[in-house]
Amino acid sequence: MNAEPWLSYASASLPVQALSWLLILAACWCLLGLIGLLRPRSIHFVAHALFPLGALVCVGIMLLAGSFLATGHAAETMILPLGLPDLPFHLRLDALSGFFLLLLGMAGAGISIFAAGYFRAGEGTAPGLMGLQYHIFLASMALVILADDAYLFMVAWETMALSSYFLVTSQHRIPEIRRAGFLYILMAHLGALCILLSFGVMQGGSWLFTFDAMRAASLTPFWATTAFILALLGFGAKAGLVPMHVWLPEAHPAAPSPVSAMMSGLMLKTAVYAMLRVGFDLLHVRFWQWGALVLALGLFSALFGAIFAAVQTDMKRLLAYSSIENIGLIFTGIGLAILFDASNLRLFAALALAAALLHALNHSLFKSLLFLATGSVLHATRQRSLGKLGGLIRTMPWVATFALVGTLAIAGLPPLNGFVSEWLLLQSFLFTPQLPHAFLNMLIPLGAAALALTVALAAYVMVKFYGIIFLGQPREATLAQAHDANWLERLGLFWLAAGCVAIGVQPQVALRAAGAVTGMLFGQAVTSGASIWQIAPIAPEQASYSGLIFLAGILAVVGITFVGVRLLAHGRMRRTDAWDCGYPWQNSRMQDTAEGFGQPIRHMFGAFFRMERELPAPADATPRYRIQIEDRLWRALYLPTARGVQRLADAVSVLQGGRLSIYLLYSFLTLIGLLVFVL
Amino acid sequence: MHRSHLIAELLRLLAAGLLLISFAMLSRRRTQRLITLYAWQGAILFLSTCLVAYDAGLTELYYSAALTLLLKVITLPWILHRLIRRLGAQWDSEQLVNIPVTMLVGLALVIFAFGLAQPISMLATTITRHTIGIALAVILLSFLMMITRRKAVTQVVGFLAMENGLFFAATSATYGMPMVIELGIALDMLVGVFILGIFFFQIREQFDSLDLHHLESLRED
Amino acid sequence: MRAISLIQQFAEIVLAVAIAPLFAGWIAQCRAWLQNRSAPPLTQPYRMLRKLFHKDVALAANASPLFRLAPYVLFGTMVLAAGIIPSIATDLPFARAADAIALIGLFATARVFMALAAMDIGTAFGTLGARREMMIGFLAEPALLMVLFNAFLLYGSTALPSLVDGHATHPSVIDPSVIFAAIAFVMVLLAENARIPIDNPATHLELTMIHEAMLLEYSARHLALVEWATDLKLFNYACIGFALFVPWGIAIHGADSSSALLLAVAALVAKLILAGAALALIESLSAKLRIFRAPEYLAMAFLLAVLGLLVHLLLGANVNA
Repeated sequence: MNAEPWLSYASASLPVQALSWLLILAACWCLLGLIGLLRPRSIHFVAHALFPLGALVCVGIMLLAGSFLATGHAAETMILPLGLPDLPFHLRLDALSGFFLLLLGMAGAGISIFAAGYFRAGEGTAPGLMGLQYHIFLASMALVILADDAYLFMVAWETMALSSYFLVTSQHRIPEIRRAGFLYILMAHLGALCILLSFGVMQGGSWLFTFDAMRAASLTPFWATTAFILALLGFGAKAGLVPMHVWLPEAHPAAPSPVSAMMSGLMLKTAVYAMLRVGFDLLHVRFWQWGALVLALGLFSALFGAIFAAVQTDMKRLLAYSSIENIGLIFTGIGLAILFDASNLRLFAALALAAALLHALNHSLFKSLLFLATGSVLHATRQRSLGKLGGLIRTMPWVATFALVGTLAIAGLPPLNGFVSEWLLLQSFLFTPQLPHAFLNMLIPLGAAALALTVALAAYVMVKFYGIIFLGQPREATLAQAHDANWLERLGLFWLAAGCVAIGVQPQVALRAAGAVTGMLFGQAVTSGASIWQIAPIAPEQASYSGLIFLAGILAVVGITFVGVRLLAHGRMRRTDAWDCGYPWQNSRMQDTAEGFGQPIRHMFGAFFRMERELPAPADATPRYRIQIEDRLWRALYLPTARGVQRLADAVSVLQGGRLSIYLLYSFLTLIGLLVFVL
Repeated sequence: MHRSHLIAELLRLLAAGLLLISFAMLSRRRTQRLITLYAWQGAILFLSTCLVAYDAGLTELYYSAALTLLLKVITLPWILHRLIRRLGAQWDSEQLVNIPVTMLVGLALVIFAFGLAQPISMLATTITRHTIGIALAVILLSFLMMITRRKAVTQVVGFLAMENGLFFAATSATYGMPMVIELGIALDMLVGVFILGIFFFQIREQFDSLDLHHLESLRED
Repeated sequence: MRAISLIQQFAEIVLAVAIAPLFAGWIAQCRAWLQNRSAPPLTQPYRMLRKLFHKDVALAANASPLFRLAPYVLFGTMVLAAGIIPSIATDLPFARAADAIALIGLFATARVFMALAAMDIGTAFGTLGARREMMIGFLAEPALLMVLFNAFLLYGSTALPSLVDGHATHPSVIDPSVIFAAIAFVMVLLAENARIPIDNPATHLELTMIHEAMLLEYSARHLALVEWATDLKLFNYACIGFALFVPWGIAIHGADSSSALLLAVAALVAKLILAGAALALIESLSAKLRIFRAPEYLAMAFLLAVLGLLVHLLLGANVNA
């Protein structure tokens, strides 16, 4: 049954346009945050009353954005009487912002409901304050997506960075967390600087900083490339693209789990949104070199993230590196879209962009799900290290089941949603030999191989993650007292898991939403051949996929086999000790560890890491095995840059002599200089 | 026309086989296998030269093919086999860089060679002009093989394989070189192998090993 | 959806499920002949399955529901794959559900479930096998994808029915990229199905196992289902290979029904006999590789597939010039 006529009737009968409603909902978030300040220390009030209301607001945003996309309205704009005197706040709701608002609402609802059940007393910041920061974070992300001029964009962007900084440093009494927060805000500011410069270049001489003015500006190729590179640096730093990724593996583990989920699931996607806005909407020429650059960075980030995730021993760091990998995949799709568009192959560009958008949506769902699951595990066991977990499927069955859905989704397995976006991305790679450039049409198909390697490596990493945390034997005795999640947490996890399954089994709904965006940007939708049974983005004879048949088929065969075996044979079973090849003892130290699982990767991809190993010698009284793996880029790029900046700062600080007469001399010289030059 | 089409297909097949053998030479560890692969390379060259001679009707190329057969498939591999048996060098040859990385670099070289060769092949007029890219790739891969090996004998094989690639390039671009030049090159190769054989004995006497790493101790310090 | 296509679909699934253990038995028999041993009868796998189904399950005390579910999921994915791959006909209703890349994803699902189940009990061998199996998986994927890329460049599609139909309309003469892709595919088939030179299916040394190590804790009907699924996986891979490279005999779209179907079944059986013998020959001539030589082996397969791709781009595009 087609839902479109009903939706269009519903939205046509609303007296006010969708944008106003969205603004009102975003304002509701701010209001909820402020209300939390009334009783800042009361967990019950903040967590059980305000956060669920915030989740309802998320659902409202999701439905509004979804209906806007479904009914294909033209873009809506609005000007608010706030802001600078000659630059009031401009807002715009079109297909691109609608898609990302849908993403924000959908994942945000699950996270907020989980957070309602998650926050407990006595964890650093007062709950009311945290509620304020949380909701301001959400509202600022919505404003970033809706912004239509550079000033509102930067205000919302910086608010986003600042509120998330406070959220990351919630447990500010721990020095590592403060350090991680500092790194985070530093990278955020460097990125914001690049973004500001990029906007400055894009206004192209008109000195009007509205996005409409930027759309109308015509830039020379040099300036357009400069603007693009600056935007890539700035938004890439926020998204976690290599080499600007260093803050991500520090900040995500430091933050409380719902905040990590929000950052990974939502904030990184606002950076993707902004990149798309700048790359495809504000700049209207694209060069194939940009596409090749973004593609190369994306593939490298993806491989880098997967390899590093495989060797981690902290569960949240593992997920953080996995986020880097997925962002790399999204940027790979964006790079392909730019490449195809620059060669005028718009249908394939639409396919690549749809793959990237769908992957962004899927990632926000399954990564949030996984981070929230680790939050439950953390609360139940107080352990973050993989070496001290295990066997939690028996004591935390609900969390384990939802985490299984998330794991299968992120590993890119059919019939869940991760597979659909990865399938679409691989499909778009198949058309790269048609690019008209001599070396590119031979080199880029190899990118498909790198993509396949990354996706399969992600499956490896996720088997490690799930297997070591939830399966096997518990590695610590205290794990037997782990308790399962409460009902609010379960509801949040269920919402996200249901989203994963729904998009996996009926991907054409999400594909239609992505098609609205590609229609706006390229004039091509990728929904040909889509039906309730399958999706076939280019043509059914060329390739098609049906998640529904996969799920139904597997379930049917499982059911038939189960019943058949019981009928034809029997269902008897008895419990004994594990076989273990006849070994009499087996304790939890005998199973594989996180380091062990990472050993093949260390062996094969050793060049990526900087490893410090301490191996036990046979004569040691207390043998120790220690391995520490570091990012090479930290020593090669960041520390030298930091030292250079320090030296520069030291050199400049000579000016600050400390003597009053010197300072007065400076003022005097400046006055003389102004008199000379002005008069 | 049909016959010509069939010959073109067979030549493509042989060219692809040549490329495959060059990659196999990059990845094989034992010296004995390398020499066998070199002999196979010579055999493929012989076949392709015969086919080109048959199709274009140039009898010169038949002589060239016979020379290839005699020299590269029979004589040189026999000399090399005797050499390594006398040196006792049928061992694992070590690589400087591990094999998957070498193969990836080889792949990049192949792409580079193919990309370069496409405009060149538009200029040539022979039936095999599309295989110039493969010939160039074979040359580059043999060079890479020489770079990534440490034992002396394998470097010689790489040098010989490079000459094979040159020969193939000549056949595919211009239906072979003038006979005199070809005889001259063949003589150079033969003499070179003899001299190198003598050098190998000297190196082994001096260092008790054919690992070229030892030659580094001869530098000024 | 015509009735004939439903019948073909059903027949194909039943045939696959029924014949897969026989195929494995045939390979074992060829191996025995090549190694100068006397072989067990061809029906031995069926007897083994029957014996296993009638036993009681001996389950470890700390096994979770995931462990008990995994054999069924494994069997389910393999049966679904058998229904999607056009082994005897291309006009199948399920064939639209997946192209070749989605099939690889389906096999990946099976592999991940198997690995998770192996980690469930928490023994050293299970986790070792899981780790190794996932490693082989991620090394084999790029090679397999490049083989499909080759097929896409040659026939313009990754959907197996379209590939088979495309073969029928313009049969290709000996094309080097097809040969390279075929060799790469055979190498990946050996790796993914735990055959020599990656893994020895008849080994009893746990430290050398990859696939077997994951099955050590299973018994009775669970083990039977896993064994059957393993045989089905090999059968499916063989049928994918046939569809990609030697699809003669498969009943294409629009063919006259019953005789074409019988011909297709006969052709499939003949191909399986030859493929089984060839597989046994390869296994008998090769030695099992050390585990960390496996990346080199799979890199070779990847390289071959990419070479096929590049050769096609260089030579194939210009074949008419």
